[in-house]
Amino acid sequence: MPDLGPYSAYVLGSYAAALGLLAALVIASLRASARARAELERLEARHGRRRAS
Amino acid sequence: MVARDVSIWKFANPARFMRLSGALLPWVSAAAAVTLTLGLVWGFFFTPDDYQQGSTVKIIYIHVPAATMAINVYAMMGVMSLIWLIRRHHVSALAAKAAAPVGAAMVLIALVTGALWGQPMWGTAWAWDPRLTSFLILFFFYVGYIALWAAIDDPDSAADLTSVLCLVGSVFAVVSRYAVYFWSQGLHQGSSLSLDKETNVADVFWRPLVICLAGFFLLFLALLLLRVRTEIRLRRARAIRLAAGEGA
Repeated sequence: MPDLGPYSAYVLGSYAAALGLLAALVIASLRASARARAELERLEARHGRRRAS
Repeated sequence: MVARDVSIWKFANPARFMRLSGALLPWVSAAAAVTLTLGLVWGFFFTPDDYQQGSTVKIIYIHVPAATMAINVYAMMGVMSLIWLIRRHHVSALAAKAAAPVGAAMVLIALVTGALWGQPMWGTAWAWDPRLTSFLILFFFYVGYIALWAAIDDPDSAADLTSVLCLVGSVFAVVSRYAVYFWSQGLHQGSSLSLDKETNVADVFWRPLVICLAGFFLLFLALLLLRVRTEIRLRRARAIRLAAGEGA
């Protein structure tokens, strides 16, 4: 760990906030993708596969 | 002889887009993870402190790429919106919709890290400086754009109205980019990256910064592909429900 001196709270806070936001965005996108895929598969199983899909 | 169709519009076909994006997504995601990790680890652990700004210079590796992407994502949304309004390609409207939360997150990161950088360097986390203010307005345009999509049930009407809003907001994306040139210099410095060696950041900071810029771009690309695929699947699911009389 580098010595960040008197600014450590600002530097570490910046990295924590940015990486936290990016991680939340990635997780939310993956979960939405999994939900959409499951929903489409459920509908296609019930109603048959349409030409567009 | 048959002329080969090389039009970019063939990728506006959702089925073709799903095939291509499905093949690209794992590679783009891996490239984003590797590039972002390399750039951030290099910048955080292996670059020296600045003689004036001390260790706060390490914030540059997230602040500058996030701010750059925030502006460019909105510009990309503007182009996609224009394509929707002119050519009515659904994938372009869905691409703009899918990009908006990523761009909003980028503005938020730029604003938060800018505040955390500004507090020790300027003595304040916020000032009504031209660039800071135009970025805050850009954030509100992102939020308004996302809210408008969520508020309208009919997808084509939502695409029309959000496209118009996006094009109006594109002015602020341009203003955010050039704010420091339009008005007299505020607190915010000029661009960190420049082709002019005198004004560009020193090489020791520049190299990891360029890698971080590439990492943020690849992360955006991976998230965009993933989220457009999600939107296309949701649109198909809606079409099946409507055809089956189940409602949207």
